[in-house]
Amino acid sequence: MTTRADPAAQVDAESGAPADAGPGRKIVCNACPVLCNITEGRAGACDRYANVDGRLTRVDPLLLLGRLAGSQGAVVPFLAGEPWGGKLVSDASVFVTGVGAGTTYPDYKPAPFIVASKPAGVDMVTVVTEGIFSYCSFKVKIDTDRYIGPEQANVRCEGEVVGHVTTMEYGSQMLSLGGVRHLTGGSKKEGRVTCELMMNLGNRQAVELEVEGGSKLLVQAGKAPLIDGVEENRMRVGCGSATIGIFATQWLGHVDEVIVVDDHITGVLTEHQAGRFLEMRPGGIRVIGRKSTPGRYFQVANPGSGWGGTDITDPLKIIKSIDRGEAWPGERVLMVSTTGEDHAYFVLDEALRLVPAEMPAPVKKVVERIGENCEPALCTVLFMGGAGGSLRAGVTENPVALTRSIKDLLVNVTCGGAPAYVWPGGGIMAMVDVSRMPENSFGRVPTPAIVAPIEFTMRAADYAALGGHVQRVRALEDVLATERHRIIAGDARNPWPLDGKG
Amino acid sequence: MGPVRAQLDATRLHFQHGPIDLVIEAAGERDAVAAAYRRAWERFQDVLGRLVEELPALRSHVDRAQGVKGPVARRMLAACLPYRDVFITPMAAVAGAVADEIIAAVSDGEGISKAYVNNGGDIALHLESGERFSVGLVSDPAHALRHGHTPALDGSFEILASQPVRGIASSGWRGRSFSLGIADSVTVLARDAAAADAAATMIANAVDVDDPAVVRRPAEELADDTDLGKLPVTVAVGRLPEHAVQCALDSGERRARVLLAEGLIACAALSLQSRVRVVDGMRGGLRAAA
Repeated sequence: MTTRADPAAQVDAESGAPADAGPGRKIVCNACPVLCNITEGRAGACDRYANVDGRLTRVDPLLLLGRLAGSQGAVVPFLAGEPWGGKLVSDASVFVTGVGAGTTYPDYKPAPFIVASKPAGVDMVTVVTEGIFSYCSFKVKIDTDRYIGPEQANVRCEGEVVGHVTTMEYGSQMLSLGGVRHLTGGSKKEGRVTCELMMNLGNRQAVELEVEGGSKLLVQAGKAPLIDGVEENRMRVGCGSATIGIFATQWLGHVDEVIVVDDHITGVLTEHQAGRFLEMRPGGIRVIGRKSTPGRYFQVANPGSGWGGTDITDPLKIIKSIDRGEAWPGERVLMVSTTGEDHAYFVLDEALRLVPAEMPAPVKKVVERIGENCEPALCTVLFMGGAGGSLRAGVTENPVALTRSIKDLLVNVTCGGAPAYVWPGGGIMAMVDVSRMPENSFGRVPTPAIVAPIEFTMRAADYAALGGHVQRVRALEDVLATERHRIIAGDARNPWPLDGKG
Repeated sequence: MGPVRAQLDATRLHFQHGPIDLVIEAAGERDAVAAAYRRAWERFQDVLGRLVEELPALRSHVDRAQGVKGPVARRMLAACLPYRDVFITPMAAVAGAVADEIIAAVSDGEGISKAYVNNGGDIALHLESGERFSVGLVSDPAHALRHGHTPALDGSFEILASQPVRGIASSGWRGRSFSLGIADSVTVLARDAAAADAAATMIANAVDVDDPAVVRRPAEELADDTDLGKLPVTVAVGRLPEHAVQCALDSGERRARVLLAEGLIACAALSLQSRVRVVDGMRGGLRAAA
C-alpha cells in the first residue's frame, strides 16, 4: 500500500472512458500492461484491481480516522479486512478520509463517498474524494541561515528543474517545488521527475535536490535538513540585532563588547540601542558592511555556510578598524554567531590588538543560552492544491455554490483529516501541512498529476442548499459495512474534522 | 500505467509495476548506493513490458517456450528447464527471475558490499566477500496476522558470501500463486532466486497426501489467465492426522533430496501443520526451529 499508482480506478487508464462492462462479464483491466481479463468478483494478478459488479475497481482499502479516546492515543479497535459485525458505530468517532477513496471520472459524477454522520446531534455530510491536482505545489521551509543559493534559482532533482528558491523568510530558506509548469509545461521527463518528487515529498520521504549555483539539499518533512551533506541542527535565535537585544542585560558586566555575526544584520552591542540604553561605554570596534541604524550592519560578508550564514570562518575578517580614541587595553570582546555554534573571545592588548583569550564562565553561559534558545532546525512541507475546478462538480451540481460556502465558513475543508487553510480570493486553494496527514496520502496519475485526499464537511442542510448530490448520501454504517477499510488514529494535533468550523 | 517507486524508509526502495512489487536495499557508500538504485530503476522500466510481450509462450509448457528472448524470460526458462519431465511453465520462476534481473543491475557497479531484491518473498542476493545475510523464516504468517500480532520467527539462518547461495524463495498453498501440494511453506536456498523459485514450487507441489481434509479445485475456476488450466489446486487444508502429515512431508523430502543431488538446490525447509523437515546440502547452513 505504499505505492498507489492510480486511484482513478474506475476509469480507463488510457482513454479516460469508464471501464464498465456490464454485470456478469469479464473486463479487461488496463491499469498495467498485463491487461488481465478479470471475471466478476475476482481480482487481477496484482490483487490491486478487481471486477466489482462489472466495474474495474481499485481495492486499496479506504482509510478512516478513528477519534482518539482520551490522551492515550488508542483508537476504537477495528480489524482491517474483517467483515463489519453490524455494531452501531458512534458517528462522532469515525471520519472517512479521501485516502484510498478513489475518484470519479468524468467529473460530473458524484464523488466516490458522500457520507452522512451525526456528531452531537447535528446531521453532517462529508464529501470525500481523492482529487487529481494539476495545479498544485509544495512550499518547503528549511530552517537554516546557511546560504543555499540565490533567490529565483532553479531547483533540480535528477537533473530536471522541479521548482525554485523563493523569498527567504525569518531564519529559513524557502523553496517552491512542483506546480503545473513543471508537471505538464516542460519535457516529459521533467513532468515525470517533478510528479515523483512531489509525491515523495508529500509522503514525507527524503528527497535530494540541487540548487543551481548553490547547495545540494536533502529535504524530508519533519526532519533536519542536510545541506551539502551537513546536518543543520539549530534554527537561529534571531538576527544579529535581535540576539543583541535579547541577551544585552545578561552580558552587562561580564564583557565590554559583543559582535553577533549574521548574514542579515550583524549587531554591535555598545553601538546598538540596547547597549546605549544600558549606558555601556562605546567599544570602538568597527565592523565592515553597510550601516543600517546604530549598531546594525548589513552585508558584513558574503552569504555562505560559515558564521551566522556568512562565508566567514575567521571572525576577525569582518573587523574594519579599532578606534584608538574609544577602545582601551583590557577591553573584553565576544564574537558569536546567531545560533551560538560559532564563538570567539578576545581581550585587547596594550597595542589595542584583539588577542584570543579563554572565555570566562559567565560569558560562556550566555553563549550556551543562545544555543538553548534556538529551536531545532526542521524542514516543513506544505501542500497547496487548487480544488476550485471540476472536482467541485463531484460535490454539487452548482460548483460555485461550494466555493461560496467555503468562503462563508459553512464548509470545513480537510485533507486526509488534516485541517486545510483555504486561501482567500477566487477558487478553492487549500494549503495543508503534510506532517498532519496520514502516511502515504499522496499518489499520482500518469497525466502527470498529483493525487491527494480532500474532504468537504458541512451540515446536511447546507449540503442540500448548495445543490449537493443528496440522493447519493450514504450512512457511515453503510460505508463501514460494505467498503474495505482500515482505521487509523489521526494526528493528535488536528481538530476533529466533524466538529466543523469553530 | 508505468512503473512507480517510493522510498520505504531511510534505506529501502519499493518498485511496483502491475503485479510486481520489489523491495530493494543496498549497502555501500552513499553515492554508490544511489547509483545502484538508479541502475535498478532504469532496468525495471521495461521488465513487465517485455514479459507481457511473451506472456503466451511463458504460460506454456517449457518445451514450447524455448524461443523466448527477453532477459527475464530467459532466466525463467533456464530455471524451469530441469523440470520439463513434469508439467511446468516458465511462470513458476517469474518472481525469482525478476529479482535476479534487478539484483544484477544493482551489483553491476563499484562499491556495493551487499544488497537484496525481495520480490514478494522471493529474494535475490548480492554478497561481496566476507559479507553475510540473515533471513528469518515464518512458516505460517496467516496465523499470526489472524491473531493480530507480528509473525514470530520460526527459524532463522545466515547466508555467507562463501556459500553458493544467492537466491531464496518460498512456496505454499496459502501463497499468492497456486500450489498443487499442501505445504504451509517450502523455503529453498539455491544459486539464484529463479532457481530457488522454481524448486520451491516443485517441492511444495510434492508435499502432498490424499486426505478428505484437503480441498482442491481446478485452477481455471479460481483465477483468470492461469497457466495451470484444469489442474486441481489446493484451496483448503483441514487438520490432518499425524501419519498423513509425515507421509506428505516424506514425499516432499524425497523430491528435495533428488533436487539436492542434481545440484539444483542448496537447502530446503518444508513446513506442514507445525512439522518441519530440513534438507541441508550446506551442513548446518539452514538452522530451523520446529
